[in-house]
Amino acid sequence: MIEAQGLVKRFRDKKRGEVRAVDQVSFRCRPGEIFGLLGANGAGKTTTLRMLATILTPSEGTATVAGYDVRKEPQKVRSCVGFLSTATALYGRLSAQEMVEYFGRLHGLDERTLRLRIDASFERLEMNDFRDRRCDKLSTGMKQKVSIARTLVHDPSVMIFDEPTVGLDVMAARTIIGFIRECRDRGKTVIFSTHVMSEVEKVCDHIGIIHDGRLLAEGTLAELRQRSGKQDLEDIFVEVVEQ
Amino acid sequence: MSLRGIGVVYRKELIDSLRDRRTLFSMIAVPLLLMPVLTIGLLVVLIRQVGQASEEVPKVMVLGGADSPKVRAELEKLEGVEIVAQKPDYAEEISSKQIRAAVEIPAGFDAKLAAGEPMSVKIYMYEGELKSGFGADRLQKFFRDVRDRAIRERLEARQLPENLIRPFDIKQQNVAPPEKVGGAILGGLVPYFVILLSLTGAMYPAMDLTAGEKERGTIETILCSPVSRTHLVLGKFLMVLTASVATALLSIISMTVSFGVGKKMLQGVAHGAADTVLQITLTAKAVISVFVMVLPLAVLFSAALLAIALFAKSFKEAQSYISPLMIVVVLPAVAAVLPGVELSTTLALVPVLNTSLVSKEIMTGTYHWNYIALIFASSCIYAAVAIAIAVKLFQREDVLFRT
Repeated sequence: MIEAQGLVKRFRDKKRGEVRAVDQVSFRCRPGEIFGLLGANGAGKTTTLRMLATILTPSEGTATVAGYDVRKEPQKVRSCVGFLSTATALYGRLSAQEMVEYFGRLHGLDERTLRLRIDASFERLEMNDFRDRRCDKLSTGMKQKVSIARTLVHDPSVMIFDEPTVGLDVMAARTIIGFIRECRDRGKTVIFSTHVMSEVEKVCDHIGIIHDGRLLAEGTLAELRQRSGKQDLEDIFVEVVEQ
Repeated sequence: MSLRGIGVVYRKELIDSLRDRRTLFSMIAVPLLLMPVLTIGLLVVLIRQVGQASEEVPKVMVLGGADSPKVRAELEKLEGVEIVAQKPDYAEEISSKQIRAAVEIPAGFDAKLAAGEPMSVKIYMYEGELKSGFGADRLQKFFRDVRDRAIRERLEARQLPENLIRPFDIKQQNVAPPEKVGGAILGGLVPYFVILLSLTGAMYPAMDLTAGEKERGTIETILCSPVSRTHLVLGKFLMVLTASVATALLSIISMTVSFGVGKKMLQGVAHGAADTVLQITLTAKAVISVFVMVLPLAVLFSAALLAIALFAKSFKEAQSYISPLMIVVVLPAVAAVLPGVELSTTLALVPVLNTSLVSKEIMTGTYHWNYIALIFASSCIYAAVAIAIAVKLFQREDVLFRT
């Protein structure tokens, strides 16, 4: 479960002075559900997700992730979260297996459990052919698989995906979308940010439209359609943002 | 997570760095290649230069003396110099190295010498030019011998004892043990290289582990793991320190071995300067002591480099921040090599300079325990402050996500 309550993030900017990148954002995401955070570039999606993953500390408000407060227990939050974005790169000089092992050890897994988890995920993701190959020698699709194995190694109950398909080709993007669905089916709490309308329509159970740091609308796709009287998500998005 | 996190981060950074060619080059190749080249190469060049200069028969010009056949004849017979024909542009000849020196014999030299009249002999040479110095030395020795002989003859003629004009002799005797003689020469140089290499060894990993991570996008990956930022920075710091200490250690080993080899090579060709070099002994005690003194400095360098490099957005930016640091370190290290700069309580508190100075003393076999304790303690405090700053910076979002 993720519960954000009045999240605010302020930054100091030399030119613009104080900037509220995220402004009073509240929402709830339940286990077995995909919450889609939809917004244009610079809307505040990444900052919101970084606060949920405790990479950034909120300026105001708070959130509970898997029952832990992001302000008070950030390390416990991180141990329950799998975070994947195009910005979370791999260590090029480590092999695929070493990369996953490293994160397993950081999560405090004992060697036996780590071995079992790695063997299982490498088998399922068909990674055994390149498990000893250095990450900088892998193709984009292979790298995505390593990233997925890295986020799953500690079996997190909450998954956070920050624009995970940006810059990926169709096949790699399909792998990621499939993986997001699989996480929901396994009962995980999933939050997913994107600016691609079709991805939201395909996988999200709940949608939040974020613009200028504020969450302007929230609901299921059906609820949003009903409220706006429009069928196309892009039209709904434009209407909400322009209001 | 317990301290285990530091170990996990350290182990990964060690594996990662040992696979990086640039880190391996600065950590292993530089000390192992640079030291033999500097130590053996420079010694060989120096000895060869001195040897060639002392073996050359210098061409010297005799100006005047046509009315003094006796002294001219003796000069012609002088071994170790070649007398060339007199020319008016003798100064130009010396400058252009056609001849090495010239001597001007005053008019009526033989007659005046016999009559006991005062006169002066002028020797022309090119100051600072080794071969010119050798030529001038031989001429000076010749005329000193002529003068001494004249004095003896005059005293004998008056039946006076020789000690009338030389009531006592002055003899200079060296009491310094060989390591002190060596230390005086190498005392500043050894710590200078060790300090410099402990800095350069830490430079590349410090940039790679901070700004490099930002550039490659792995910083966000590691920040979303449950390892605390303090443990993360300490794990990275230990890796940078490992590189720094490994570079310092390898440079010390390489320098000691190179020096031993250099000495053996020189034993066959010992002359002049080589004799001095052959007396130099690098004792194990001095070398280990220098290494121990450099340790807190390596900690200071590692933490400072880590903090500075973390501030940068990219590897390139980190390089531009860190390059000026070389000057900050080189200047005090060089200052310690200069003659006359001695340890004092104030200088014992100046980082880098204090370690250079005390290492210089240690190399000459002198152990000022009060200064050693003060310098070690102050260096440890500076190092601790630098680590605290690095840890603090790792907590700051505006530094980690600087755009």
